[in-house]
Amino acid sequence: MYLEAIGKYSLMMKQVFARPQKHKIFFENYFKEIDDLGIKSIGLISFISFFIGGVVTIQTARNMSNPLIDKMYIGYATIKSIFLEFSPTFISIILAGIVGSYIASTIGTMRITEQIDALDVMGINSANHLILPKLMAAVTFYPFLIMISMFLGVLGGWVAGNLTGMVLSENYLKGIRYSFDSFDIIYALIKTIVFAFFIATIPSYFGYNVRGGALEVGRASTKAVIWTSITIIVFNYILTQLLLS
Amino acid sequence: MIEVKNLYKSFKDKEVLKGISATFETGKTNMIIGRSGSGKTVFVKSVLGLIQPESGIVSFDGRIWSDLSLSVQRKLRMEMGVVFQGNALFDSFTIEENIMFPMKMFTKKSLPEMKERVNEVLHQVNLENVNNKFPAEISGGMQKRVALARAIVLYPKYLFCDEPNSGLDPKTAIIIDNLIHDLTKRYDTTTVINTHDMNSIMEIGESIILLKDGHKLWEGNKSQVFISDNEDLNDFVFSSSLFRRVKELVKKEGKF
Repeated sequence: MYLEAIGKYSLMMKQVFARPQKHKIFFENYFKEIDDLGIKSIGLISFISFFIGGVVTIQTARNMSNPLIDKMYIGYATIKSIFLEFSPTFISIILAGIVGSYIASTIGTMRITEQIDALDVMGINSANHLILPKLMAAVTFYPFLIMISMFLGVLGGWVAGNLTGMVLSENYLKGIRYSFDSFDIIYALIKTIVFAFFIATIPSYFGYNVRGGALEVGRASTKAVIWTSITIIVFNYILTQLLLS
Repeated sequence: MIEVKNLYKSFKDKEVLKGISATFETGKTNMIIGRSGSGKTVFVKSVLGLIQPESGIVSFDGRIWSDLSLSVQRKLRMEMGVVFQGNALFDSFTIEENIMFPMKMFTKKSLPEMKERVNEVLHQVNLENVNNKFPAEISGGMQKRVALARAIVLYPKYLFCDEPNSGLDPKTAIIIDNLIHDLTKRYDTTTVINTHDMNSIMEIGESIILLKDGHKLWEGNKSQVFISDNEDLNDFVFSSSLFRRVKELVKKEGKF
């Protein structure tokens, strides 16, 4: 059953990567998808990142009660947590929930209302027409979204540290610059691009292959979010092994 | 002309099409009739290439579908117009964008030219001033006309209509039937209509085939429906007392 699904997913991806039939329409759809899948998520992602950054700082500060440990390590721990895991991985899982269910349900609804059949009988490669703009929008825009998340997470930590008095501003700023490794950003962006690929394509697969009615579209949305999240978690482990070991 | 020979299709253990052959002539409204579950939709979708049949040949003016490469099949599909049972209009597009879409994909027409053609086909299906509305903002009958307008916008050689009257009131249904008939004559298309609506059969059934349990049981035209002794046909067509009465009268008068 799983092998069959992987086979169907691969065949769908072969169709997705065909050359767009009309480039002008592809770019129109691409910019529309950047708006739908990316720009509309900025608000929520910014809100979550800012507050989680604050929480990470507070929790780290609470666990560093030893007076012999320099307070700058609170800033250091915050930036490492946010850059290496929180922004690329957990924001991607949140996006899998928000965007994944949206993709699966819109494509699934198009399937059950015969809109995809309509594209096919017009001679249009429906998988390419519907999925490629989403995939390209996710892969090109999510790195920016994750960078916004990283910045706001660190900013949230700084604000929380100052407001609670748990870490002084100068210590926090010293900590985030201490032993700063630009590879952390590259690592986060590589993970983001891989996860963006799954966020766009796995829900598309579930939506594209829906059969039945509204109930099945709902089930496909749920399955899409579950399988995208599982795939992100598994690939997070694989990429961490490959890139950091 | 569309020719279908020995079409077989099954889903898991259930055989849905059991060797159906049929010829759909150009310039005629060809009808496929039968009860729900008789295999009509699977048959039409197999002819359209949306469902892969197990065996059988479908040819469009001599071009055998299964012998064509994917790119040639796509080109051939540009010669087809399809009106789906649920209309299949794109929700996020306005009416104008829906009708314009095939032109944007496959022609090099300028925007004013495309708009002119949109207005032309909207006029042909008796719709005005709906260009900027969304499908959800118009009635079911109007949506059907828009679907028809989109299907004919590229001057198709083959027009397929799946249950074009489903969900419509009788008067609107007759208007849609007559529109399909007029467009068939105007564009000289090979029109295939999948229906179980008796009014449609009597109104525009120039060539009719009856399907039951995946078999073709009868073929003829609307006049022959009244004189046929085929039990399955009579059982299906004259199941209502009104139509039985009409049949008796026609037999008595000796003409339809």
